[in-house]
Amino acid sequence: MPQFIRIGFYLALRQVRRASKWTTGLIIFVMILTFLNLVVVSGLLVGLIEGSVVAYKSQYFGDITISKLNKKDYIENTPMILSILDRTPEVSKYTARYAQAGKVEANYQSRVKQSETDSANATFTGIDPEKEDAVTHLSRRIIEGEYLVPSDYDKILIGSMLIKKYMPIDSPGFSQLNDVAVGSKVRIRIGSSTREVIVKGVLKSKVDEVSAKVFMNDKELQSIANRQDYSVDNISILLKPGSDAVTVRDALIRSGISNYAKVQTFEDGEPKFLKDIKNTFALLGNMISSIGLVVASITIFIVIFINAITRRKFIGILKGIGISGRAIEMSYLFQSVFYALCGSATGLAILYGLLIPYINTHPIDFPFSDGILVATPAGTFWRISLLVVATMIAGYIPARMIVRRNTLDAILGR
Amino acid sequence: MIETKKLIKTYVDGNTITPVLKEVDFKAESGEFIAIMGRSGAGKSTFLYQLSLLDEPTGGEIIIDGQNVHDMTADEKTNFRLTELGYVFQDYALLPDLTACENVALPLLMQGKSKSEAYSIAKTALAKAGLGHRVDFLPNQLSGGEQQRVSISRAIAHKPKILFADEPTANLDNYSSGLVMDMFKELHKEGQTIIMVTHEPEYGRLAERLIRFDDGKIVGEELVDHGYLKN
Repeated sequence: MPQFIRIGFYLALRQVRRASKWTTGLIIFVMILTFLNLVVVSGLLVGLIEGSVVAYKSQYFGDITISKLNKKDYIENTPMILSILDRTPEVSKYTARYAQAGKVEANYQSRVKQSETDSANATFTGIDPEKEDAVTHLSRRIIEGEYLVPSDYDKILIGSMLIKKYMPIDSPGFSQLNDVAVGSKVRIRIGSSTREVIVKGVLKSKVDEVSAKVFMNDKELQSIANRQDYSVDNISILLKPGSDAVTVRDALIRSGISNYAKVQTFEDGEPKFLKDIKNTFALLGNMISSIGLVVASITIFIVIFINAITRRKFIGILKGIGISGRAIEMSYLFQSVFYALCGSATGLAILYGLLIPYINTHPIDFPFSDGILVATPAGTFWRISLLVVATMIAGYIPARMIVRRNTLDAILGR
Repeated sequence: MIETKKLIKTYVDGNTITPVLKEVDFKAESGEFIAIMGRSGAGKSTFLYQLSLLDEPTGGEIIIDGQNVHDMTADEKTNFRLTELGYVFQDYALLPDLTACENVALPLLMQGKSKSEAYSIAKTALAKAGLGHRVDFLPNQLSGGEQQRVSISRAIAHKPKILFADEPTANLDNYSSGLVMDMFKELHKEGQTIIMVTHEPEYGRLAERLIRFDDGKIVGEELVDHGYLKN
């Protein structure tokens, strides 16, 4: 090991060990804040969108989704596709859904004028309640009433976006029901069929595919829509832990499913605008974090500069007794690295031991998503490296400035 | 061993030019103990700074063991101070974060000695200075006299060719001054070359040659009857 590194480390170790604990604590505290600023700000901004993405995947899309081809109304040959899924070992669970546009109308018995119609356009989704719940845990979205059971007939679950009292939306072209609650009788109209059903439960989610829809048993929807061909509209698939979605997707495509339907992993199906928003937020987070990094670098520069200025005499003595300038500079470099690593290590403990678990269990309630904190190990490692390098530069420059001054002037305090 | 030829040092501060050393010619042989005396502002400390390579002369030459130090780079001078010179400062100049042992061991570590070897030499030097029981003390836990003895131990631990001392007893009481000067006497007996600046005639006369400085020049020189060497 070069002599100047050995002596630099020797001096740094003793200076840190015998420095004021308050000063050391304060510098490390600044480094912790900087680390958290670097990781948490961008992590939360990305997490705003990521929360929405994760919710969309877990509450609707699954690991893989099979959907109808662009020019088709349904997924043809659905029974064949379902039998392939049953034989695919990586597939853990799946849910097949029918979808049909329609209208739901409330308070039709009490209205006085025809113009006072209380109705909303909606997509009706026919599901097997047990299979749907196994894949998307739809029952957890119930905020009032109860979830469907397979034997339910003439009963629906209605998304909260369709009811004004749960989520008032004042937007042209978007209609909501005014006075509907669990137990209310409503009239649904799908194509030319009309049926009176009872609201069994109200669903609330920040995923529009859940909260803006009406759910009912698939058999009943088939009957109302007169769809007896068993051709569904989409199938969401949950894979077994450890399975690779891309590999399974490719296997499904090879099995011939792609002749009848689109097979997409979540990444394939993720809308481009969502990816763009994520990238934009990440960029914004990085910009804000960069300001934090510059502030931290200046702080470290000032701390090391003041430290070096107040120790100018001792730097002079070190040079006077023959310690090389590079060894002295190295001692300040090591001190800077020590502060950065201590701050990062404590920040890591706070991040992964406290913040992420807490925010995961108590997501931040944004109007369009449950915000989580995204901090990938690779991204965090990169930010720690950035912090250490910035701190090293900020520590080295003032040390070099002081070390380069005249030895005798430093010793005599001139 | 060490020689200066027409050594000049001039301080320039704006338009003010202050000549401090005026073409000083000086020579010291190996093993000599030389005391430099003179009134304040005579230039004796400045002379010592030039000899010990802590400062850059304005003109003239310094030759140590036949080598003209003018040709050395700053790094070479630092390394020369590390290996060939020792310096005892008036205010001890110990590093406050290092214990007595670490202060003494530091130049030895810089020379490339192992930690155990450097610490062993440092402890021996401190024990010789009567500080064997203080090796793990920080400077602020030592008295002035003890600090100066640590400083001397640090300056001699690596066996320098020349030991410089700038008023080593200026901040000490009589008892501590006596202990410090006893160390110098012992070192001189062992053959150490010493060049010491002092204000105190009593200690100046412990050297074998006494040089008087005034107005940036050597104005007198006398050999002292160094009786203690005969004992």
